[in-house]
Amino acid sequence: MAAATEPTGSTGATLLEAEGVERVYRMGADVEVRALKGVTFRVDEGDYVAIVGSSGSGKSTLLNLIGALDRPDAGHVRYDGRDVREMNDTELADLRNRRIGFVFQSFHLLSRMTALDNVAMPLVYRASSPKERRQRARAALEAVGLGDRMDHRPTELSGGQQQRVAIARALVTEPALLLADEPTGNLDTSTGEEIMALLERIQADRGMALVVITHEPEIAGRAKRRIELRDGLIVSGGVA
Amino acid sequence: MSPREALRVALQAIVANRLRSFLTTLGVVIGVMSVVLLVSIGQGARAEITGAIEGLGSNLLFVLPGDGDFGGPPARSEFTLEDVDALERALPGAGPRVSGQVLGTEPVSADGERVVTSVYGVSAGHEIVVDRAIARGQGFIVSDVVAARRIAIVGADVAESLFGDLDPIGRSVTIGGSRYRIVGVLERVGSSAFGQSPDRDVLVPITAGLRLLSVSNVDTIFVRADTAASIPDDVALIERVLSQRHEADEFSVFTQEEIVGVIDTILTILTFFLGAIAGISLLVGGVGVSNIMLVSVSERTREIGLRKALGARTRDVTTQFLLEAVALTGLGGVIGLGLGVGLGRIVAAFSPVPAEVTTWSVVLALGVSTLVGLVFGVLPARRAGRLDPVEALRHD
Repeated sequence: MAAATEPTGSTGATLLEAEGVERVYRMGADVEVRALKGVTFRVDEGDYVAIVGSSGSGKSTLLNLIGALDRPDAGHVRYDGRDVREMNDTELADLRNRRIGFVFQSFHLLSRMTALDNVAMPLVYRASSPKERRQRARAALEAVGLGDRMDHRPTELSGGQQQRVAIARALVTEPALLLADEPTGNLDTSTGEEIMALLERIQADRGMALVVITHEPEIAGRAKRRIELRDGLIVSGGVA
Repeated sequence: MSPREALRVALQAIVANRLRSFLTTLGVVIGVMSVVLLVSIGQGARAEITGAIEGLGSNLLFVLPGDGDFGGPPARSEFTLEDVDALERALPGAGPRVSGQVLGTEPVSADGERVVTSVYGVSAGHEIVVDRAIARGQGFIVSDVVAARRIAIVGADVAESLFGDLDPIGRSVTIGGSRYRIVGVLERVGSSAFGQSPDRDVLVPITAGLRLLSVSNVDTIFVRADTAASIPDDVALIERVLSQRHEADEFSVFTQEEIVGVIDTILTILTFFLGAIAGISLLVGGVGVSNIMLVSVSERTREIGLRKALGARTRDVTTQFLLEAVALTGLGGVIGLGLGVGLGRIVAAFSPVPAEVTTWSVVLALGVSTLVGLVFGVLPARRAGRLDPVEALRHD
């Protein structure tokens, strides 16, 4: 289980640590769902990790926690050594903006905006000039091979193209971690392959860590490391 | 997120839902339009009425029945011709300075034409006291009043209605069943939006007027002060003379300035109330904005979740939705202002009702509409800001 000793392709420094993470949902007065029951693992900079598990295994809960969208009830999630539980809303927002790039299953593009505006959106939440935002968004779109689709709206793009826009949006901030939640879930197999290849190329070229959450073994098999969840516990690939 | 960026995002959302934005802001448009229009009409009326009173000459004093409280029902006049005579004796000077007036509405006819109009019984030299020009013919003299002669001075419109292009001087008219000879025609004043036009007035000697209207009391006594400086002395003198003949609460003396002041106050309050009533519709418009913004927040839950995932702080989301509400109502305010000013101009151009757009109503309407957006945008904006990103992203 000593994941840190395995070859991971990481550049070494620890990016993210989960230590004894628990998360309990209270549904009504006396019904509790223990979605995570003490999960410990680590993601280093430049790492490529797949988090796998069936529906109900707790992987969505884990995604929310490592995405800094949620705080654990017990245990710690640390980014760059800082505990997420000690951060206020503003610090969490800042962490998401600077360190994490989300890629969602359903793309989550805003249909009233062009591809370029969608990609530039995260930059709106930090001090940057409109000109700089456009330049960086353009570069990100070119990096995912959509240099010629910048002014298209999401409805004018195919599913694969939409996911490419979403990937461009994730990497426009140059985050340390690309966090992809079932990135191929809404795509056919060959398009899914392309998207995975694109994510892997970005991970390798830019030294970003890539964490893919998936229930598909083929997708998980591509990662350098697998963390398998079952009933809120890591059954393989974590740190004891 | 910079304020400029937040505004851009807010405007983008408004433009993306053009029809709904328009319908949402319609309440504010109508509210602001009503405020601007009604206040401008109220202001116009005020300017016109006070202007008409000022036109009577600034040295004119009004002796009115009652204790001078305009709040209650109109007081019954106890003035008699003897009061008018007493004031005349007490106030010497060059030319006529005192004129009693009695007013009634009577049918006036000649050569088969007939008008029903205001007939004033007035003292000799009335036109000099109240500073009203006679275009042709002459005014009444003391002997006309003493003898209660059945003679009349008519307004320009009356002359035209009864005689057309013919010269009315020396012709007969029948007023309330008796025949009067026309001795003068008043100079045209021009139309008035309020009350009867002075060009429809008919004047007869006050003695004849009292008989015609079968009354014994004079309604109003006008006194012309010699100069503006002599007004206080004249007021004191009038009060001394009348208090020897009447109870203190049976008469009051007003300067023209005081009358204008009272009417100005009444009309300002009226204007304010018109504006306030229109303001209520603005408030209702605000409720509509709040309602639609809540719908918008719930519709855009996933967008809010996404923005939070991408690094939007609670404050960024709140600001975005608040600005959207303010931009909506502000836009509504500008459109409503344009419509209100435009309609005010149309009303002023095509009806006798004057309309005067005032700066304060414009500032107030725009300020209030923006404030309405702020106040009614807070609830939806806070709801948006507080959304849990995990829940929001899952929302469908």
